Amino acid sequence: MTPTPRILGWVALAAVILLALVPQFADRYYIQLLTRIMSSAIFAMSLGLLVSGAGLVSLGHAMFFGLGAYLLVLLSPAGEGVSIWWAVPATMGIVAAAALVTGALAVRTSGIYFIMLTLAFGEMLFYLFHDWKVLGGSDGIYVDFRPTVTAFGTTLLSLDDRPTLFYVVLGLMVATYLAIGMLLNAPFGRTILGIRANEQRMEALGYNVYAYKLVVFAMAGAIAGLAGFLYATQYRSVNPELFSWRESGLVLMMVILGGLRARLGPAIGAFALVLVEEALQALTDNWLIAIGVFVILAVLLLPNGLADLASHRPWRDRKAPQHG
Amino acid sequence: MTRHSSDKTLPMSRRAVLGGAAAAAAASTFPAPAVRAQGAKIKIGLMLPYSGTYAALGNNIADGMMLAINEKGGKLGGREVRYVKLDDESEPAKGAQNANKLVVGEKVDILVGTVHSGVAAAMVQVAREEQATLLIPNAGVGDATGKLCAPNIFRTSFSNWQPGFPMGKVAAEMGHKNAVTITWKYAAGEESTQGFKDGFATGGGKVTNDLRVPFPDVEFQALLTEIASIKPDCVYTFFAGGGAVKFVKDYDAAGLKKSIPLYGPGFLTDGTLQAQGASADGLLTTLHYVEDLPNPINQKFKADFQKATSRPVDVYAVQGYDTGQVLVHGLTAVKGDAAAKKDFYAAMKGYKVPSPRGEWTFSKSQNPVQDFYLRKVVGGENRYQKIAVKALAEPTDACKMA
Amino acid sequence: MDPLFFLIQVLNGVQYGLLLFLIASGLTLVFGILQVINLAHGSFYMIGAYLAFWLTARSGSLWIAILGGLPLALLLGFAVERLMIRFLYKRDHLTQVLLTYGLILILNEAQRLIFGSDVHGVPVPEIFAGSIQLTDTLSYPVYRLAVSGICLILVILMMVVIQTTRLGMYIRAGSVNREMVQLLGVDVQRLCTLVFAAGAGLAAFAGMVAAPLSSVYPGIGEHILIICFVIVVIGGIGSIKGAFIAALLVGLADTFGKIAVPEFASMSVYAVMAAILLWRPQGLFGRAG
Repeated sequence: MTPTPRILGWVALAAVILLALVPQFADRYYIQLLTRIMSSAIFAMSLGLLVSGAGLVSLGHAMFFGLGAYLLVLLSPAGEGVSIWWAVPATMGIVAAAALVTGALAVRTSGIYFIMLTLAFGEMLFYLFHDWKVLGGSDGIYVDFRPTVTAFGTTLLSLDDRPTLFYVVLGLMVATYLAIGMLLNAPFGRTILGIRANEQRMEALGYNVYAYKLVVFAMAGAIAGLAGFLYATQYRSVNPELFSWRESGLVLMMVILGGLRARLGPAIGAFALVLVEEALQALTDNWLIAIGVFVILAVLLLPNGLADLASHRPWRDRKAPQHG
Repeated sequence: MTRHSSDKTLPMSRRAVLGGAAAAAAASTFPAPAVRAQGAKIKIGLMLPYSGTYAALGNNIADGMMLAINEKGGKLGGREVRYVKLDDESEPAKGAQNANKLVVGEKVDILVGTVHSGVAAAMVQVAREEQATLLIPNAGVGDATGKLCAPNIFRTSFSNWQPGFPMGKVAAEMGHKNAVTITWKYAAGEESTQGFKDGFATGGGKVTNDLRVPFPDVEFQALLTEIASIKPDCVYTFFAGGGAVKFVKDYDAAGLKKSIPLYGPGFLTDGTLQAQGASADGLLTTLHYVEDLPNPINQKFKADFQKATSRPVDVYAVQGYDTGQVLVHGLTAVKGDAAAKKDFYAAMKGYKVPSPRGEWTFSKSQNPVQDFYLRKVVGGENRYQKIAVKALAEPTDACKMA
Repeated sequence: MDPLFFLIQVLNGVQYGLLLFLIASGLTLVFGILQVINLAHGSFYMIGAYLAFWLTARSGSLWIAILGGLPLALLLGFAVERLMIRFLYKRDHLTQVLLTYGLILILNEAQRLIFGSDVHGVPVPEIFAGSIQLTDTLSYPVYRLAVSGICLILVILMMVVIQTTRLGMYIRAGSVNREMVQLLGVDVQRLCTLVFAAGAGLAAFAGMVAAPLSSVYPGIGEHILIICFVIVVIGGIGSIKGAFIAALLVGLADTFGKIAVPEFASMSVYAVMAAILLWRPQGLFGRAG
């Protein structure tokens, strides 16, 4: 991906500052809505890492989001909230392991096969959580107590308080963005970008392309798991639908709409998609058609996604993904 | 990453204006946060499926409820009513967000919904967290009046276990000794067949096989062949909508209808008879409502509903109607003050609902205690046969409320 | 298990597989020759089903419905290709996924607006309305046998066209190297339109023929789409032979999965897919790389 155009960076900073002010004067509902959007943004950024960073288009990424969400519920003891200090690393670790297992099979393929394989794995996990009563069954499961943030016996933060949760998710969203940036700047990240640009060349240069792709897949999965964990923390109830290919399709839409060029793209896409959906839903009963048309138009007219609006070059037709 | 100085960018001001304009445009279409005032209209949030497979159910519930309220003058406890409709599309993944939109965003006084159990499960969570008044006019998810029961959660329909139990009892009374159950692999199916098992056991019957179809698959051929090879005394099935249509037709086409009786809860033959055609003739089902119940309240309701909506009644319309009746009674008792929760809930809980389905009351877990009827499909309609079980309450051990 | 019942279950699996093949064949050709991922392929199946319902209701006969509906479906496939799909040839998979996903949303909503959300039944044609008694408890619907027969005929027809005719030669060549075929003077654009329309037509036909068996209601397109994806992956992209074998495999796996492992029946198809891909990542007859 190209470095975030400078202007976009300023906009992002402004947006973060604006967001930080939201809990001070916005209605409770919007605090909660934006919290949801921000965890979706983390989810979208994880897929962005996979798609724009490594060139791996996954239609099953929701399985890691769902896994992270379910893990919060499964790891929480019956009468109290689980401690966030070990729940988050445990969740991300388990999800990363799951990603390694599915990735080991999926990453061997590429292109259309990879897309369909990830779709199929997503469906497999959906049915696992839907059919197996042990994991909650079709109506899903829930947790009574949110995770606790305590140290030395005192509560540092109460995640039951909406503004607090808002800031925690905001902080994690910014941290994810920065972490992905650092990753892509590091040698590991440069290798990934190189693989995406020209896989054969990297193979010829001696890199173990398979291993690199697998690691990126696992990382993207782990971050998606974190996003799922935050979702479950917010709503306390989870459902097998979180694994469905519809959710995978939605987050892919966010990534593409936001633009494949800028690292900020997926986050922009997440905000844009959910806000547009909210706006359209209020306006018309047939808003699904409107979204469908919107998506098609966006694809046909803005080949590089919404982030293109910032770089003043919306009409350039791309044949292959850019590399930076 | 090195910065490319060749990047052309828009001047900052224009960018900011574009962004701001877009955000403002989007934000201006949001529902404005509601302002409460004494004597103001009472807001009821109707979270139902207005699109998708269950839209017909959602519409009937909403119209039934409004009929009940309009019959009493269109006011609740003296206050005018404002309905806020939200299409939940029967999508569980959005259930919590949608419920929040009504309860926290629109600040509705009362939340009503929904049809799909997965969505209802999410609504129950939100209602519990926000202490919001929730009336469930259909979703039979057991936990809502079981593990997750709460004083602010009422159900005016049924729990999935309830319609199955009477069918089991009737099957045992008819002399069947063993049975096979078949349904989708999802919570509603499991709870319903459990009800059948319990009822069947009261007469000494035993379920030998539980066959399951992946949801929402409708390829039944393999399992129908399996049933033929097992040769049970009878088969109990729970399917709804498209699945019910196909299963009944396939069961007949496989010749099983002639030799192995098929039983199910009323959903098997509700709204599906036209599509099922002759395959459904003679089917016995149990439900807490039949269209031709002889009581006068039902006769009047059928006529009124038909007149108001140009559609015939069904069990969903009745459930909606009763939801409306319960609200009218409760709010009248507190003179429209929906915030006087203790008295409001007590009034609703103690209500003997004069329903088209026959009088019913709330159990201690706030689920209906009601009569279940045996119905038979005759000439393309469900006809009342007899009362299968009187005043059936769901098992309430899981609910820890007083 | 009783050998007779075992055979009947095999018949069940094969019958289901043949129907799946009709739909999956279009998908694999579109992937192979057009190199386009068309998520909306399942929607053609749905359109076929709804056309069957609508036209049968108005004309009283499924035959007339099929005769009238098939040209409509072909026309729709033609239109979709010209208006949208052809812009996707040079684009990356991402864009294709997004665009066809948007298409699904629009088609689903259009269906809902036109036909509503109720479940609809389609009557079986009179000639095939009976059942054949197989055992003392089980009969086999004649219509299912008829559907299997029709599918088999179409399969053979397809094989003949692809293996022996010039058009079939272009299709086979096009799925290996489209540019080369174009350089050799073949009007690849028209070939692509033809293949896409044919694929859509096949899927719609399958929807029409299966309508009396599965009933017609919203959402039938998506479920079948994913199963077809699995079939195409197992069989290998672009290979009709592969799609055929894979379809039968999936039909049998689905059938026996339900009986043998009811707890995890839904996953049986995906488990088969995973197993085959472990052994051959490009599918049974796909080209490597």
